[in-house]
Amino acid sequence: MNALSSLGSVARLLRQRLERREGKQRVRADNTVVVPTSRLRLVDLVTEAVAGILQRTGRTALTIVGIVLGVAAFVAVLGVTATATGQISRRFTELYATEVTVTDVTLTDTYATATAFPADADQRVMVINGVRHAGVYWTIPAEQIGSVTGVPLPGVAANTTIPVIAASAGLFDAVRGHLAAGRIFDAALDQRGERVAVLGGAIAHHLGITSPDGLPAIFVGGVPFTVIGIVDTVQRRPELLAAVWIPRHTAEVLWPGPPEPGQPPQMVIDTNLGAAAVVARQVALALRPDAPNSFNAAAPPDPQTLRDQVSTDLSGLFLVLAGVCLVIGAVGIANTTLVAVLERVPEIGLRRALGAQRRHIAGQFLLESTTLGAVGGLNGAGIGVATIVAVAFVREWTPVMTPWTVLCAPAVGAITGLLAGIYPSLRAARIEPVDALRQ
Amino acid sequence: MAVTGRSGSGKSTLFNILGLIDRPTEGMYRLDGIDTTTMTDSQRTGLRASRIGLVFQAFHLLAFRTAEDNVMLGLLYQGVPTAQRRAAAREALDQVGLGHRRDSSAATLSGGERQRVAIARALVSKPSLLLCDEPTGNLDSTTAGQILDIIDDLHRQGLTIVMITHDPTVAARAQRTIRISDGFVEVGTSSRGSA
Repeated sequence: MNALSSLGSVARLLRQRLERREGKQRVRADNTVVVPTSRLRLVDLVTEAVAGILQRTGRTALTIVGIVLGVAAFVAVLGVTATATGQISRRFTELYATEVTVTDVTLTDTYATATAFPADADQRVMVINGVRHAGVYWTIPAEQIGSVTGVPLPGVAANTTIPVIAASAGLFDAVRGHLAAGRIFDAALDQRGERVAVLGGAIAHHLGITSPDGLPAIFVGGVPFTVIGIVDTVQRRPELLAAVWIPRHTAEVLWPGPPEPGQPPQMVIDTNLGAAAVVARQVALALRPDAPNSFNAAAPPDPQTLRDQVSTDLSGLFLVLAGVCLVIGAVGIANTTLVAVLERVPEIGLRRALGAQRRHIAGQFLLESTTLGAVGGLNGAGIGVATIVAVAFVREWTPVMTPWTVLCAPAVGAITGLLAGIYPSLRAARIEPVDALRQ
Repeated sequence: MAVTGRSGSGKSTLFNILGLIDRPTEGMYRLDGIDTTTMTDSQRTGLRASRIGLVFQAFHLLAFRTAEDNVMLGLLYQGVPTAQRRAAAREALDQVGLGHRRDSSAATLSGGERQRVAIARALVSKPSLLLCDEPTGNLDSTTAGQILDIIDDLHRQGLTIVMITHDPTVAARAQRTIRISDGFVEVGTSSRGSA
């Protein structure tokens, strides 16, 4: 008799005893027996998964490292980028966001004067809301002037390379200049066409003038000018430091010809923060209601756009790196989970023998890897934030980070762990108890 | 009842089929009047969880968990609340005389103690059938005797026990012995009363 076909008789013998134990057997109305299905409560699934993680703390820690590094890189990259762009945009704001440049685009020979800017251009622009300072300047061509000399000394040739600019009284404030000594010419001196000059610091040294005390004179094209001040710094138009400034009305009387070709007259406007774009739209009409097309007003790029541009450029690159870190972390988790599955084959067999369904096994391993991912993400977020703060501290920056980056980090880790756990879990679920329990 | 036979004779195959771990290629196996051969994997798993207690030669305990945790595993997949499982596990451990070691890690237990934990784990779900595969195979004769005493005791309390063994002295303690040789049931003997 075949052992397998003898099962019937063996079972019959057993049944005689078994049927006495009626406690569990339930029979439906149609006389078919209801087979109890095994089930696993969610809280028990969680407990088993946590126990699985905690039973090998050393390996668990190593498994998590990949995700920790990946998420830390993710958070740090986003945070450092945000911090750096914060600094960049702050600088841009300071220098450029408050500057409007108005350029004279007329052909200068159509006017009697050197420029289309009216004589009271500064005052006309100052009435626009948001304007703090405004000033006009242009370069007078060297061939009109001739030479510029300091106090004539025997044997010293006249210097013809020193640029001379015609400036309105407001220019000094509009370029945020700073005086080393003396004073700047005001609107009154300008209007009267006084022959006074202000020297850029570099030029003063060149002309042998160290101080405006005692009102030294220089000769511009043979005309004596009294030096009343020396400018040592400007925040805008640094080329003005290498020039002689004379009042624009004085220049218009003495040298009424067109300005240097290729360097049209310009107005520099210093505005309040955020006002530049609005000022730029109004300024041409304010200057010349009769001929607003004479000017081209350029506002700085919107600081928000600028910052977005910068951050997109930078973070795009680094996000790819962080993504690579995460993938490596995921592969690490997948690998160790798979090893754990193979190592725990007897345990899986036992659980199946004790009534675990395939999905219970898959669920346990999936939950283990997801939990590892979430814990890794949490630690990574902490390390990432610490990195951002450390970098900001060293560079003396203000740390900037968006809350969602930090809050999402554990979720990113958990999802990575979940994805990494899919294949090992399916492998675990496919294990047959009969193979698993075999010695 | 004891099932004996030399290695390779089909004892383990019978164990796997009786334990619903494997399904027969032909024939029919009815447990508690239920035909198991046409069941799905999921149904057989459910039946196994509720009706059969399995004891293995290699114990198959989770080494990093306590004795009580290991016994509680026996009820894990039946959706029993934790407090109830803990109570049942303590009762089962007391039944095999290991109540005092319930908080010890499985790794620190001796071979005999491990097998007693394994028996407690099989008992905790109140099975219809206790199926043992060489339960004393990894134990010395003194410890083996203690384990067999426990099994005898359970049998006296009315539990149906099928024990696979190749050891004639172990088989001799059974009420009924089936001998398997090359896949065939060879001898069926009765001793010490009726089966």
